[in-house]
Amino acid sequence: MDSSDEAWRLDPLARVLPAVRPRKLAKVPFVELAEGRLQGVVSSGSDIERVYVSSITAGSHGLSCSTNNNRPCGGLNGGSLCKHLQSLAEEAVQQYGLDRVARYLKVEVPEGSSLAAALSGSRDPAPAAAVFSRFLRHLAYLEAPASTAAEPEMQWFRGAGAVV
Amino acid sequence: MRGAQLAALLEQAPAGVPEALDLVSGFDDLLEHGLARIGQGRAGALAAIAGALEGTPLGSPAHEAVAKLSAGSVSREHLVTLAGARAALLGAAHDALLEHCDAALERTRGAWNQSPSAAVGTGPGEAVQAWLQELAVTGWRGLDQGHVDGADRLVEALLADPGGRRLAVLLDGLAAELRASVPIGPAACVPTRRWADLWSRAMLLARQATNGAGDTEPVTGRLLPLGVDVLEHGTAVQVLVYGVLETPTGTPRLVRTGVTAAKTDTISGPAVWRLLTAFPLLLTALAQQRSLELRDVALTADGRLLWDEARAALGEVADPFATARVLLPGVLAPAAAPLDRHPVALNEPVLVEGYKTAGGSWTVDGRNLRIEVDRLPATGPLTPALLKASTACIGVLRHDGSGWLLRPLAVQAKSKNSSTAYHGGDWALGPTDPKVVKAESKSGDPVAVLRERAGRLLRR
Ligand SMILES: [Zn+2]
Repeated sequence: MDSSDEAWRLDPLARVLPAVRPRKLAKVPFVELAEGRLQGVVSSGSDIERVYVSSITAGSHGLSCSTNNNRPCGGLNGGSLCKHLQSLAEEAVQQYGLDRVARYLKVEVPEGSSLAAALSGSRDPAPAAAVFSRFLRHLAYLEAPASTAAEPEMQWFRGAGAVV
Repeated sequence: MRGAQLAALLEQAPAGVPEALDLVSGFDDLLEHGLARIGQGRAGALAAIAGALEGTPLGSPAHEAVAKLSAGSVSREHLVTLAGARAALLGAAHDALLEHCDAALERTRGAWNQSPSAAVGTGPGEAVQAWLQELAVTGWRGLDQGHVDGADRLVEALLADPGGRRLAVLLDGLAAELRASVPIGPAACVPTRRWADLWSRAMLLARQATNGAGDTEPVTGRLLPLGVDVLEHGTAVQVLVYGVLETPTGTPRLVRTGVTAAKTDTISGPAVWRLLTAFPLLLTALAQQRSLELRDVALTADGRLLWDEARAALGEVADPFATARVLLPGVLAPAAAPLDRHPVALNEPVLVEGYKTAGGSWTVDGRNLRIEVDRLPATGPLTPALLKASTACIGVLRHDGSGWLLRPLAVQAKSKNSSTAYHGGDWALGPTDPKVVKAESKSGDPVAVLRERAGRLLRR
């Protein structure tokens, strides 16, 4: 352990999370690495009321895609990714960086290749309702009114800085 | 801040601070490896903490908690006691550093004159403490996703209750970092001070029934903003304004005010201002460097104005650099709230001028002052290049455990023949830099996209 590691260990404001990279949210409003999956919500290209819940399981790389009403996605056959899963994988890499997503899914992505191309799983439906409700919970943050009360703990959170 | 003041700040470090922080490290080490692996060496470190508190009201409970933990019995009550002991050591370090800083800056500070409110409650707090206990027993190095996922349920319950929000914001911030880090390999480095700080704050906050502001006094006068800091994690953003309050009578006071909004991790950078549209006066004052006329706004004993748009009106343009030059040297600074005393809470506004810039360290009258160039909020125009070209800077002095550094909030920078000022709040009503405007229009407005989705999906 060198001295800069030691300084980081003892810095109360040590930076732990990498900077968030801005991405377009219209197509994939929600992406997360949670519950053992890369999972998220993809807007339907044709119907503004409809969304797809898509996920890729860590380790097995099981692929799942259905509407929020649990209708299976017609585009997901065998081992190839439907367009929703492709968008999900692209946006996850945009948001978290390829390294973190690959590490979470336990997949080797050869130099110059893409995450989607390196996955070798097959169709394996995962619970869409649970992911959809996590998305709703995520959206609910935007409904909470701003507060003027003291929240001194925010001093520990300096953001991750800008992506330069 | 004159050269002599900086010299006084940097030259003598207050006695006892490194020793106090070393004791704290003993506890933090325990959280890193887990109470289940306490062993002789770590038990000794805990005993030293209790020893340091001997003769204080925490001394004997701390001794008892250390004895029990060292014998392998872990209870919530004992963990709360140790979190309190740790906070007391950091509070003492805070006080020593603040006193030293005040002496160096020749800054006068008010005394704390409120009686303690010992409201201890139940509720989601107990479940939070149980989760924190589990983390402590396991240790950061032993955590897996399952441990971390336990936070989701707790945060959800806390958010349902306005009084639980402060703890929810803290847990959400800690859980996001743990989630991105676990499992932690044996060779990986752990941010032990940071996570122990967050763990202890949560443990202590979870035992309070209310998070009231305590007694407040209504103040009427003119608020002259000095600068604004933007503090942020995935699901919360806080706009924190430092300023000078001029009242018809009395010494100008150093105050701060702010608002905190919930957000998602996909909303960051200049877009976060759009979460605060309920505060048009505050945002306008920041974007246009205006003063604010306040009528009967509540001021807490620790110098925080509880922001209230209904009691504020926009005033004249007031250059923060003029405020810093004219009023800052003579301000009355507020006392720190007892439970908030921690070196991280040290944020003393200062003006620095007449320096030579060189990356992360500036030279002022032959002294080197470290500058926090790598954590500038993406919500405003300050960049490392702008800091390099700067000739004057308003910032807050902070202490990172090993020394003082300056967090810049605003700079005056030379471009060609003129000098231009850049403030952290310049973009409060929208970015003014064409490059940033262009980048924003390319990626779309995340707040609008998610609000549209929320409107369509949440109220079904
Ligand atoms: Zn699909």
